[in-house]
Amino acid sequence: MSTTAGTGAARTAAGEEEGTAMPLPVATPSMRLRRAARWWPAAFGAALLLAPYSALPLPGLLDGPIGSAGNLQLLALCLVFGALATGYDLLLGRTGLLSFGHALYFAAGSYATNTIMVESGLSFAASAVLGVLAGTALAALLGSVSLRVGGIAFSMVTLAFAQAGSILVERDPGGATGGEEGRAVPAGRLPGALIGIQHTVNLYWISLAYLLVTLAAVTWAVRSPVGRVWEGIKENERRVEVTGLRPYGFKLVAFVLAGALAALGGVVHLLLTGGATPQTTTSDFTLSLLVMVVLGGSGSRWGPLIGGVLYTWADHRLGDLAGSGTVGGLPAVLRVPLSQPLFLLGTLFVAVVYLLPGGVVRLPERIRSAARRVPSHPTPSPSVPLREEPSP
Amino acid sequence: MATVILLTVTGLGLGALYFLIASGLSLIFGLMDVLNFAHGALLAVGAYATWWAASGHLPGAGSGGFGFVLAVAFGTAVGTAAAALLELALIRPLYARPREQVLATVGVGLAVPALLSAIWGADARPFPTPKALSGTFGLLGARIPVNRLVLAAAALVVLVALKAFLRRTRYGLIVRAGVEDRAMVTALGIDVRKAFTLVFALGGAAAALGGALGGVYFGSVDPGQGTSLLIFAFVVVVMGGMGSLTGAALASVAVGLVQQFANYYTTAGLGDLSVVVLLAALLLLRPSGLTGRLA
Repeated sequence: MSTTAGTGAARTAAGEEEGTAMPLPVATPSMRLRRAARWWPAAFGAALLLAPYSALPLPGLLDGPIGSAGNLQLLALCLVFGALATGYDLLLGRTGLLSFGHALYFAAGSYATNTIMVESGLSFAASAVLGVLAGTALAALLGSVSLRVGGIAFSMVTLAFAQAGSILVERDPGGATGGEEGRAVPAGRLPGALIGIQHTVNLYWISLAYLLVTLAAVTWAVRSPVGRVWEGIKENERRVEVTGLRPYGFKLVAFVLAGALAALGGVVHLLLTGGATPQTTTSDFTLSLLVMVVLGGSGSRWGPLIGGVLYTWADHRLGDLAGSGTVGGLPAVLRVPLSQPLFLLGTLFVAVVYLLPGGVVRLPERIRSAARRVPSHPTPSPSVPLREEPSP
Repeated sequence: MATVILLTVTGLGLGALYFLIASGLSLIFGLMDVLNFAHGALLAVGAYATWWAASGHLPGAGSGGFGFVLAVAFGTAVGTAAAALLELALIRPLYARPREQVLATVGVGLAVPALLSAIWGADARPFPTPKALSGTFGLLGARIPVNRLVLAAAALVVLVALKAFLRRTRYGLIVRAGVEDRAMVTALGIDVRKAFTLVFALGGAAAALGGALGGVYFGSVDPGQGTSLLIFAFVVVVMGGMGSLTGAALASVAVGLVQQFANYYTTAGLGDLSVVVLLAALLLLRPSGLTGRLA
């Protein structure tokens, strides 16, 4: 069912990655801009490396200097969710699987690590390894069941499993999960360098490392032979079957890899927030992952990361905005909806689905193609292969 | 014995509530391939509209007798209008892009409960229940709340009405044909889009009715109610075989009963889990659902 919608986007994504192979025409200003823009990930990475040492304020974007503990915490959260969205896109954008239960594996990593650490008295490192293994095993088990159905039924089944996990966590069996309050990390068990507000920078580095691991794993997996089959499954599963391959196994690999990355993210999140919280198990949490991926641009290398960072930042800052005096002074018609970050995010999401198919990453391309239509450049140079819009 | 009867009737009532949501979901999915994540929001809209009318804001409506019937009718009408609006404004421009349609409904499903809790608060509001529905009656030694029967009766009426609509009317024929093969119906020169709006409105009406009666069943309304019910409705739709009304009815009764009995005889919460286990078991044995339709 997704074949028609997916074809154009995937073609464009492939075009971007093989961009160097295209015959380059005489450099126009827009071409030079585009080539310069290719370096933005490097610039972004450098900015991330410098962030903890910067006392520069970003008025409007952040409260106070960038390097302050609170802002580093927020930035680290942004990175974790950016990475989580990148891992989730393995399913959504690369294999075409619309899973509504991805929060489960994130929460599994977080809760399993915490519970093992508290109950068995193992060190944090050993518990984290076991926690990630537990999350991965859960993904393998539930993935093998839910992948027996395809399409939308798969979405619903993953949603049901995630809901079961959410109920289980809330019921607090044997006092293992802490119910609605969640369960705090026992500070005595953690290495000293991970505790306390003065060590927030270490958590930031861990989040950055998690992001890099996720990006590397996703890029490597997508380029591997298995990744090619994923792309085929996304385009047309039946055709993959006809070539003699069984899509089930490949889909399961994608599901388990994404689950393992999510479980790892759960461990980082556990450190960042100082405890396992039941909010990470809810279906709303998975839906917010979906919003991140679609906002940034599904199926592209950087899109989910951008979406995750933007969403997390907006979620925190909109909460501040809702409580601020600026909104409080507005008439009721505006004040009431604006006081709900979720309303703003939901509306924004619908707007992105409509106005910006392909997400934020396709924004520069759209602006360029809009500029090309301006009469001052009546005909594009013929050697430029005109990319088709991903028209449905 | 009395406990078993009470649990059975309560399970049937809950199953009826699931059916009211799942019937619309199942039809919409069968015809349009859209998994409507805003269906829970439609239920919440119906529940809040009924609550608003029954609290005395709508002249003529109230919390007792005919006034309450009017309030429920008002809630259902608002839900129907909201569903039709949703289809016309958000789903229709995205035809042939099913995934984007699903995403748009996800956005609505997030935004509407947030809007409701912005206006009326995130806490549950007590639902004004007419005296006639808040009593109990005796059946084989069990005291059974009347509202369970009302829910079951409403679900039965909706099932029969939808069946009659699908079997006896021209639009029902178009909808059935569209579920089978949408492209062929379009090729025959029939405008399926009207049927889309109609099915959406019908599904919204059933969901809003479910919201109004769910308010009676739970005794309160809160913005997140629809979303939590929606997940079980999804389970029902998958178990029943997507697009099948009879399958949805069977599955919702099964889910409601299993949930009630397991919640009572084991620890609370295990019933919700056992429903999911049931779903997993069913998928392993029969991947196409109870009625064997293609999922």
